[in-house]
Amino acid sequence: MTDTSIIEKRKGSSLSMVPSLATIRRVIWETDDTYTLLIDPPRGDGRTFAFNAGQFNMIYAFGTGESAISISSDPFRSNFLAHTIHRVGTVTSALSRLRRGDTIGLRGPFGSSWPLEEAVGKDVCIAAGGIGLAPLRPVIYTLLRRREEFGRIMILYGSRSPLDLLYRVELEEWSKAPNTEVIITVDRGDSSWKGHIGVVTSLFSYLKMDTPSTLAMVCGPEVMMKYTCEELERRGLSAGQIYLSMERNMKCGIGLCGHCQFGPKFICKDGPVFRLPQIKDLLDKKEI
Amino acid sequence: MKPQDLTESLHKHPFLSNMNEELLKTLTSCASNVIFSEGTYLFHEGEDAKTFYLLRSGRVVLEVRGGERGQIRIQTVGAGEVLGWSWLISPYKWHFDAFALEQVHAFAIDASCLVSKCETDCHFGYEMLRRFSEVLERRLEATRLQLLDVYGSAISERGENY
Amino acid sequence: MNNPFRLNIEGLERVLVSLQQKGYEVIGPRHTDGVIVYDRIHSIDDLPAGFVDELTPGMYRLTNNGSRQFFGYTLPPQSWKRFLYPPRRELFTFRKDGKSFGLAPKEDQTPAYAFVGVRACELGAISIQDRVFSSGDYRDEAYLSARRRNFIIAVNCSHAAENCFCTSTGNGPKAGAGFDIVLTEIVNEDSHYFVAETGSDVGTSLMEGIGAGRADESDVDAAEETIRKACDTVRKSLDTSDLPKLLADNTDHPQWEDVAKRCLTCGNCTMVCPTCFCSTVEDTTDLTGRIAGRTRTWDSCFTMDFAKVSGGNFRISAKSRYRQWLTHKLSSWVEQFGVSGCVGCGRCITWCPVGIDLTAEVSAIKGGATKQESGGSR
Repeated sequence: MTDTSIIEKRKGSSLSMVPSLATIRRVIWETDDTYTLLIDPPRGDGRTFAFNAGQFNMIYAFGTGESAISISSDPFRSNFLAHTIHRVGTVTSALSRLRRGDTIGLRGPFGSSWPLEEAVGKDVCIAAGGIGLAPLRPVIYTLLRRREEFGRIMILYGSRSPLDLLYRVELEEWSKAPNTEVIITVDRGDSSWKGHIGVVTSLFSYLKMDTPSTLAMVCGPEVMMKYTCEELERRGLSAGQIYLSMERNMKCGIGLCGHCQFGPKFICKDGPVFRLPQIKDLLDKKEI
Repeated sequence: MKPQDLTESLHKHPFLSNMNEELLKTLTSCASNVIFSEGTYLFHEGEDAKTFYLLRSGRVVLEVRGGERGQIRIQTVGAGEVLGWSWLISPYKWHFDAFALEQVHAFAIDASCLVSKCETDCHFGYEMLRRFSEVLERRLEATRLQLLDVYGSAISERGENY
Repeated sequence: MNNPFRLNIEGLERVLVSLQQKGYEVIGPRHTDGVIVYDRIHSIDDLPAGFVDELTPGMYRLTNNGSRQFFGYTLPPQSWKRFLYPPRRELFTFRKDGKSFGLAPKEDQTPAYAFVGVRACELGAISIQDRVFSSGDYRDEAYLSARRRNFIIAVNCSHAAENCFCTSTGNGPKAGAGFDIVLTEIVNEDSHYFVAETGSDVGTSLMEGIGAGRADESDVDAAEETIRKACDTVRKSLDTSDLPKLLADNTDHPQWEDVAKRCLTCGNCTMVCPTCFCSTVEDTTDLTGRIAGRTRTWDSCFTMDFAKVSGGNFRISAKSRYRQWLTHKLSSWVEQFGVSGCVGCGRCITWCPVGIDLTAEVSAIKGGATKQESGGSR
C-alpha cells in the first residue's frame, strides 16, 4: 500500500546518480598542486549547460571515483565549464592526469548559489582563502560583466604563499576594472613578494566599507571563514549581509546519502552557499 | 607642520580614534612627522627601540633574518596601523627589521617622551596601554591564524577519496 | 473496526497463493539460523510458528514454545528496508574502448514485493523513508517505484518486547495506516484465525477474491482485546516532548562523553534501524581496466571516514559520531523531513553489542539539560 500523496510520480528531477559524459578541452596548472579542467559540457539533450555562480558538479574519474567540485567558470559562457581542483588524493590525482580529449563523467549542477541579484545596487566584498577563490570566480565574472549594476567591488584574497595564488593574470586584470579593488595577502612571503603578508582578516583595516550597503561573500577553509565573518561583523556588517560557502563530505550531491549533514542542513542541497544566520550557531559547535 | 595641525592629523589615525583632546595634546608633544623612501629600513633587529610609528600611508614589511633561508618576510603593516611595541617592553630592542615597500608617511612617537608622560599621567598611561593591548591582541590572533596554515587543504574538493 | 474479514489458516494460505498469482514476490518471516528473517516465503508452512523472541539491551534470544501462533515473535534483526532500499545497488557501468566510452545505467530489477507480517512500527518506518526519498528536488526513483508496486500485509502485535517503545513515538502497537491488509492473529485452545481489515481497494478486492467471509462481533472483540493487551505490555518509554529542541540545545551535554565511553562505534544501530538511510558509493574496475562500475551501498555515520574530506575529518571522536546519529534521528530529522526518525522499534537497543539504550541516553540528557530560557546558573 502506498501513500500516493507522497510517492506518486511527479514532474521534475528523478534520482540523478548517473553521470553524463563530458570531454576535457584543456588542463591548466594554476600552481604546483592545483589545476583547472576546462570541459566541454555534456550535450545530452542539446541544451547548453546552465548553472548559477556557487554551484558544484560531481566529477567522476573512470573507475576511481567521484568528487564534488565547484564550478569556477563564467556562468554567461555556457560553451565550456571550468573546475579548479586541488590535487590531494586518488580522485583528484586521477583527474590531474587527464589530457585534452579524455572523457570524464559529470553530474550537476547542484546546490545553492551566491546572491547575485540581491547584490544589485550594493557594494560587494569578496573574501576568499586558498582554493576558496574558485567558487567565487563565477561571481567576479558576473559582477564585472554587469559592472554598472553594482557598487564598489572589493576582492580580498589570501593564500599560503605567492606561488600558491590562483588566477594571477586575472587578479591583475580584475584590479584594473572600474571601482574595483583587489587586495592580496599571503601567509609567507620572500623578498621578491611586494604584496601584503598576513591573514585575510588583516586586510579589512585597509578598506573603509560603506557597511549598510555592502554584501559580503566568503569562501575558504572553515577557520578562515569563521574569523572573516567575525571581522566583518566587528566592522559593522550584520550577519544577514554575509554569505559563505561550506564544505562537507559528499557522496550523492542531491540530498540522499546523508554524508554532508551539518546539523539539520544538507550542505549539498541547502548549501553550499548559506546566509550566515542560517548556520551561525552550528559554526561555533565542535564536530557537528 | 604646526602642533595644532599635527594634533588634528593625529586625531584622524585609527589608533587614536575617539581619544579626548587633552590626551591627544599630550601625545602630540612626543610626535613628529616622518617620511621613509621606498627600499629603506625604518629600523633593524637588535637596535634600541626608541620610537614607534603610526603609519599614514605606504606599507612596511617585517623581516626576520633567517640565516641560510635569507630574509623571511612575516607580516606587512600599512596605513592606519601601528608599527612597533618593543619600546614598551624590556630590553627595548627591535626584534625585526622593518623595510619600506613603498614610500612611507608616518607619525613617529618618541618612546622616552611617551614613557615619561605615561608615568606622570596615569590616566594617559592607561589609555595608551589599553589601545596598545587591543592592537597586540588582534596581532596575536592573526599570528595564531597564520600559524594554522589553513590553506594546507582544499576547499573546492568535496570528495572522500579525493 | 470497519467491517473486517475473518481469515482462517487456509484463508491465509489462499492469500499467499493469490499474491503469487498476481505476480508478487512474497516476503515474510521465517526461522533461519536461530533468528527470524524476512525472506521469500511460498506458503504458510514457511512461517515461524511457535517462535517467540526475547529482546533486551544487547540481547536477542529466540525460542519455540510449541504454540501454533505464526506471528508470536516481535521483531527480527533486519527490517523491510533491505528490500525497498537494498544494501547494495549497482548504479551504472562505464565501458572504455580506446577513446570511446559507453555509459550504461543499471536497469532497476526490483520485483513487485508483497510483504507479509509488517509491524506497526515498521509501517511507520516505511512511511518515513517514503518522505526521505521523495521530499527533495531529487528523488530515489528506484525506491519509489518499488513502493508504488508494493503490497503490504501488516500484523498487529500481540505483545511487546522489552525494548519496544512504539507507544511513545505514536507508531503502535496497532497498525494505523500504510497497509493494504492488517491482520490480528487470534490463537485459542480450539481456534486459530485472523481478523483482517483492509486499508486499500487492492486489499479489499484481494480479500473478496479469495472468498473471505466477514468477522462477527466476537471475532472483533477478540482482536481488540489482543491489541489492548499488547498495549499493556509496552514497558519502555521515550519522552518525546520538546525532544528536537532539547537535543539541539544540548550538544555539549556531558552525557555524550559518557555514552562515547561505552559506544564501540560499530554502526550496528544504523544497520538495523529501519529508517537510517545513509549511503556511500563504491567504484570498481575489472582486471582489464576497461569496465568500471559504481555501486551504492549502505553506510553508517559511525564510520571513521563518514565526514572525512580532503583537508581533514569533521567528526573524529566517538562522541561526535554517536551524537550525530542520535541528534539526527530524534532532532534534525524533524527539521529535514517533518517527522522524527524514530519509530520505537528498539532494534538499535537489541543489537547494540554493549546494550546502549537510546531512551536511557535521552532521559539522562533530559535530566541534566541546559534550558536556554532559564536565567543563568544558580
